Order: sequence, then C-alpha cells, then structure tokens
Amino acid sequence: MTGASDLAIDIRGLTKSYGPVEAVKGIDIQISRGEVFALLGPNGAGKTTTVEILEGYRTRDGGDVSVLGVDPATGSRALKERVGIVLQSTGIDPYLTVSETVALYSGYYPHPRPVDDVIDLVGLDAKRNTRVVKLSGGQQRRLDVAIALAGDPELLFLDEPTTGFDPSARRGAWDIVKDLAALGKTVLLTTHYMDEAQYLADTVAVISQGTIVALGSPSTIGGRDVGNTRVRFRLPAGEAIPSLPGVLNPHEVETEGDGFIEFDAAEPTRALHELTGWAIEKGVDLNGLEVQRPSLEDVYLALTGGPSTEEQGEPEPAGRRRRRRG
Amino acid sequence: MNVPELTLRQVRFTNKAFWRNPASAFFTFAFPLMFLVIFTSLLGSGTVPIAGKDIKLASYYVAVMGAFAVITACYTNIAMSVTFQRDSGVLKRTKGTPLPGPAYLTARVIHAMLIAFLLVIITATFGKLFYSADLPTGFSLFEFLAMLFIGAASFCALGLAITGFIPNADAAPAVVNASILPALFLSGVFIPIGDNAPEWIKLIGRIFPVKHFADGMQAAFLGTPFYWRDVVVVALWGAVGLLIAARKFSWEPRK
Repeated sequence: MTGASDLAIDIRGLTKSYGPVEAVKGIDIQISRGEVFALLGPNGAGKTTTVEILEGYRTRDGGDVSVLGVDPATGSRALKERVGIVLQSTGIDPYLTVSETVALYSGYYPHPRPVDDVIDLVGLDAKRNTRVVKLSGGQQRRLDVAIALAGDPELLFLDEPTTGFDPSARRGAWDIVKDLAALGKTVLLTTHYMDEAQYLADTVAVISQGTIVALGSPSTIGGRDVGNTRVRFRLPAGEAIPSLPGVLNPHEVETEGDGFIEFDAAEPTRALHELTGWAIEKGVDLNGLEVQRPSLEDVYLALTGGPSTEEQGEPEPAGRRRRRRG
Repeated sequence: MNVPELTLRQVRFTNKAFWRNPASAFFTFAFPLMFLVIFTSLLGSGTVPIAGKDIKLASYYVAVMGAFAVITACYTNIAMSVTFQRDSGVLKRTKGTPLPGPAYLTARVIHAMLIAFLLVIITATFGKLFYSADLPTGFSLFEFLAMLFIGAASFCALGLAITGFIPNADAAPAVVNASILPALFLSGVFIPIGDNAPEWIKLIGRIFPVKHFADGMQAAFLGTPFYWRDVVVVALWGAVGLLIAARKFSWEPRK
C-alpha cells in the first residue's frame, strides 16, 4: 500500500458526462510519484476527458481528484507551476524559433530548466534557431514536449504523444520518456498503442467506455501471466484436425487461409505433449509450431471488445500484427 | 516574475512574432498606410463640408486614416490573430501554464495599442510632410490623446468580443470584415460623409462607434468641434465589448 503523500495522482469515483453521454463512469486511479502510468484505450474511451480533468481543462461531475495534493478544478497557479502538459493537438506560434519558444514558456515558471538543457533533452539542438513553421510534424511534437519540460515539472501529462509518428520517430519519443522516468518525473501518458504502453509504463490501466476494465503491470495485466497460452502450427497436408480430448476440439478451432491452426491451451505442457504425441504417431511434422503467451494486445482487445473500427486508417503500430479470431 | 513583468515580457514576444508574420505585418501595418497614399493622391484636391467648413480632402484622409489604422490594428488584428491562436491550440496550451489568462490577453491588447499609436504617428508625420496638416497642440492634443487611447482600448475589447461569434479560423476574415466594413463605409472612413449626407447614413453613424471615434480623432487635425460625448459613446461600446468577451471568450477551439 502507498500512503496518500506518495501519490502524485489520486482519482476516486470520477464521473463526467457530456449531455446524455457518460464519458467517464466512476473511475479510480492511484499513481505513485516517479511512476510512468499509461492509460490505454480506444478512441472515445474517456482517456482524454480523464486527463483533461486532471490538467484543469474540464470540470468533473462527481468524485474526488487530487493532483500533487491539489484539486485541479481550483485552477491553482501553484499547481500549474509543478505540472507539464503535452496536449493531443498542438499549437505553437509559428514565427518564433525553437529556443525563443522554449524561453517564452520557461519564463512562466519559478524554477525553469535551462533552455538549452531542455532543447538537448528532446534532441532539437540542431534546430535551436529554426522557426517553428519550418519544423517537421515530429520535430514540432518534440517541441511540445520541450515546452512541457520548460518549467522542470514534477508531473508530466502526455496525451497520445506519438500518434501519427513514423516508427523511428516513435522510438525517439520513447527514449525521451524513458529519460524523464530516469529523472524521477511522474508521467501519465495516454495511448492506444499496446507496444507503447508495454515499453514505457510501470503500470497500465485499460479504459473502455468510461470504465477501467483492467489495471496492472504490463506483464501481468488482464491475467497475461496466468492466461491461456496460444499454440499455433501448420496442419500437415492430407491430415484432418486431430481430436485431442481436453486439449483440442476440431470444431472449436479455425483454420487460417495459409493452413495454420491456432488454439488456446489452458495447460500448455499437456497440450504440447498430446499434440506432439499425435504427430509422432502419425509420422508427420508440425511445421511452424509456435507457443505464445497472450500479448498485451490480445488482453487489450479482449477487454475492450475487439478491434476498434475507429482506429482503421491510422498508422500501424510498430509491433507485430496478428490475425484475430472472431 | 510578478504578473506585470510577465505581461511586459509577453508583449515583447508578441511583438517579435508580429513582425515575422507577413500577413499581420502587411494587413495591419502596411494596409492603412497604403490606403492613406492612395486616397490622398486620388481624391486629395476635393473638399467636403463638415460643421459648416469646407475641409480639403487631403487633410480629411490624413485624419481619418489614423482612425482607420487604429481600428485595423486593434479590432481586426486582435479578432483575427486571437481566433487563429485559439484554433491552433496556442490559447489552450497557454491556459495550462502558470501565466494568468488575463495577463496573456492584456499583453496582446497592449501590443495592438502600441502598433496603433505607431501607425497614428506615421500617418500624422505623412500628413505634416506632404499636406502641411495641422498637428494637435495644447488642450486639443489632450482631447486627441484621450480619444485615441479610449478608442484603441475599446476596439481591442470589441475585437476580443467578436471572437466569441467566430466559429473557426476559416470564418474569421468573413466575420471580421462583415462586421467592420459596412461600419467603415457608413462612418465616412473611405468615402467622406459631410453635412449633406443622407439622414439614414448619419443615423447609423450615430449608433455605431466608428463615426464617433473618427470624428474625435479628426477634430484636432481639421479644426472641427470636439465632443466628449463621442469619447463616452466609444467607451460604452468598449465596456459592452469587454462584458461580451468575459462571457463568450473561449480558450479552446469551438467545436
């Protein structure tokens, strides 16, 4: 258990509606100081609403919220001095240079980080004297992070920091967040990329339709560590799907177009024993045999009710893509 | 840094960005000066009867273009630039920092007023050099400065107020021009309105703040009567603008 004073963020029973739409339906989140916490969920799940309540942009309908010990609804200037915010959509004056922009925002804070340090930290040192209008999208996003870091905040909000990035830009952004964690900052990031949450976060909360549906470390969330193991192999030519009682029921598996069979095994040791026993008895090879724990993506999709149609057309996450079963 | 220091610092950054933006530098700064040269060159030799006196149009335009410059720098410039900043998310970002919102807006207003004063000085110098215009002195200078200051502040307030009615940045030029151009034409800014203008036009001029402001600004240059009630009407419009801005102003893009 963590005591209240160790909490950077404490949310209890938070609710928020927009007209008849309940965007957030009573969530509880506790984030310790120094923790990197990812709020993972599809578009429209309530991620941004929750974060914007913490940032002071939205008022809540119900529940208790404390950010660094302060209620953000008060609009406290003292609180804003300790927090850095990277919003989902960016806006920076296009006619100032990178270092002028960081200097402008540094000036708002009582104990800013040196401007050059901040620019180096986000890797924009070569663009120091470039006007914002001439930066690429990825460079502007780095500048967003630089602005959020200008005041040397204790707590950083990153709302979908890498949406629209190419894979190498995402790696670069991840390195920045890792560096921040190493500096002891508390980071709350929202994302709909599984691999991002997996790589960056100490704790992941999956939010779906305004409710937290799972909470835990990326390696154990949703029973990942104890969940079913997935077995996959190519069915030898001319063989029917074997019936292995208690392991594999031919009517419950799906044959993929390329001849692969996938099934979930509650007891992987026994399943493999039965399966390989069957193959040896038949004198066939199990080509492409794979045994996998459920990925964070599998857990996420199971929890949020299948692939989100809203995410179509967005850049493919850098992680591996798998065919889904229905 | 305390709030006044933060505000002045913000004025300096606003100024830097202003001059680097070709659109603001041209439309706000060069535009009124261009109109001044065009109108005085084309129409400068004619006269218009005002308050029983025949006023040379060259002098008329020197005086009224000063008023136009103030309206452009304060009303049009503030309405457009603040809407663009709102829609691009600059305002929302600023709202998340410790800089108080009023300090940010005050900095923009101070900057717009400084640009307006600079334009008035250039206009008056132009008039003095090329058309031997009379420059205000003594008490008429005080009256002139009062009108200039109150007018600039009021048009800034109205510029902030109108942003509450602009749905997005694309609509900003249309809404701003639709709201100010008819008033400029009906208040004698582009086409002089003399004693013999139609009554309905004079009536419209008495309702909206532009004619009152232009009359007050012209008085010291043209030797026409100065009425403090013009200052009061403009100030009332400014106060209404401030009230509307306080209720309707948005720090986030309107959806």
